[in-house]
Amino acid sequence: MTTNNPTLVAQTYRPVLKTKIALPLFTCPVSAGFPSPAEDYVEGKLDLNQYLIKHPVATFFVRVTGDSMIGSGIHSGDLLIVDRSLEAKNNKVIIAVVDGELLVKRLRIQKKQIMLVADNPEYPSLVIQGEMNFEVWGVVTNVIHPL
Amino acid sequence: MIVALVDCNNFYVSCERVFQPKLWGKPVVVLSNNDGCVVARSPEVKALGVAMGVPFFKIAPLVREHDIQVFSSNYALYGDLSNRVMTTLEQFSPEVEIYSIDEAFINLSNFAQMNLSDYAISIKETVRQWTGIPVSIGIGPSKVLAKVATEVAKKIKLGVYHLESAEQADEILSKMPVRDIWGIGSRLNKWLNTQGILTALQFKQANEGLIQKKMGVVGQRLLLELKGYSCLPIEVMPNPKQETCVSRSFAKPVTNLGELKEAITLYLSRAAEKIRNQKQRANILIVFIRSSIYAEQPVSRSLAITLPTASNYTPELLAHALGSLETIYLPNYEYKKAGVILSGLQPESIRQCNLFETERDWQSQEKLIAVVDQINRKYGAETLTFGIVGKKQSWRMRSENRSWRFTTKWDELPLAKAGYWN
Repeated sequence: MTTNNPTLVAQTYRPVLKTKIALPLFTCPVSAGFPSPAEDYVEGKLDLNQYLIKHPVATFFVRVTGDSMIGSGIHSGDLLIVDRSLEAKNNKVIIAVVDGELLVKRLRIQKKQIMLVADNPEYPSLVIQGEMNFEVWGVVTNVIHPL
Repeated sequence: MIVALVDCNNFYVSCERVFQPKLWGKPVVVLSNNDGCVVARSPEVKALGVAMGVPFFKIAPLVREHDIQVFSSNYALYGDLSNRVMTTLEQFSPEVEIYSIDEAFINLSNFAQMNLSDYAISIKETVRQWTGIPVSIGIGPSKVLAKVATEVAKKIKLGVYHLESAEQADEILSKMPVRDIWGIGSRLNKWLNTQGILTALQFKQANEGLIQKKMGVVGQRLLLELKGYSCLPIEVMPNPKQETCVSRSFAKPVTNLGELKEAITLYLSRAAEKIRNQKQRANILIVFIRSSIYAEQPVSRSLAITLPTASNYTPELLAHALGSLETIYLPNYEYKKAGVILSGLQPESIRQCNLFETERDWQSQEKLIAVVDQINRKYGAETLTFGIVGKKQSWRMRSENRSWRFTTKWDELPLAKAGYWN
């Protein structure tokens, strides 16, 4: 007499298809030869924002109209990078508010006298007097000029 | 705990003034979406007695008489400047809670050894210099008292007020109407008044049992906070949104269903896009249409439905929304406003399938809508829309007086003159 010994199935399992596991993809082929000599020197890319903008929160872009700053290479239509967090020191190009208007000028501080000067001999300098409404809006750090 | 509340002064008006310095000292108002009501007033306008939220047409004569400068809301600008203000604040304390577009709580507990008024002044000056936005700062031992201190700060020239002692607090609270306490709404105010509680100080000294019975644990916390015990922590992580609403008034009354469908389609698409950006799905969809409250035959209709499965897929939501609209629409009424609310929001990571639904192709739906979102992000909102929104959109209100989006559009940057002044 032979005993029938069936294989019993105690439990069944179904594959779980919902979970995903991300595996790294090696873009560098695994070669049996020499590894790429550049591999250890990858340092990311150069970012112009990082180069031009030190304080993103305080930095604004302003468009120029007029040619009174042409001597500093600032042309009409150019884009200025303006950092409001910087201190406006003597000789800096600034955005000034004079009587409610935004102006691009070079700041001159001489013997407590504040002057806004143009970098174009055709335009006069503006001496800030007591009754004028004057405020520094921001310091110009760069000019972007298409060629 | 030591908490500071930083509150931007007349925020929307100040944003306009940053790039249009001519507006300093002039009366300025900003209107709500679609130029309906006043949502921000410069101090000059407040002095003329213009209340918050009044419909614009009611102040039209005043606008002419005093040459009030009127702006439509420019949320691209306000959002950008708000971000800049909040980020600037983060350098002053590791714990900053962004409470609203123009308010933030800062935990200053670790700075107790410093002169906090001086610290607050340096915060105020830095925010003003970096972003151009003037702020007022109130400091107190709890959030509720910081808010009280801010009300004082707004009224003094320094713009900064530190509430240091209970005596100081009581003096201020004795002059403050109870409705000005943070969290006391108009209904509660009425009830409190019937109980003989008129000032904030009377509220603070009120019978605890009475307040607790009426207001529950919220009232209890409020009392403790007023007494200088901090119960409301600084919440650094924002709570996920529970609801998203997109609604607008029409430029002219709309009576026909076709035009209402166009509007609902547009609002629904926008609302669905919003919750996709927040990686959420909605369980509840509400559609509403209503006439002006000033209409001869006022009508207000709405319908809330529970969706068979939580969704953020525009075509699916749209089918339900348009179905709801057809249900609530009554002909021959003049509708002035419509809207869509997506509620019962849950994270995208939760996915429940409907018992009665056959397997659906989630993946291709997600891919399709992601492409739509990408295109609209790259080429501007509403580049790709659902056909039903129509091309004419004569119902659509325009923002007539919006200033330039000075910080978010290349062709709308502020102009600086290199030339003669004036």
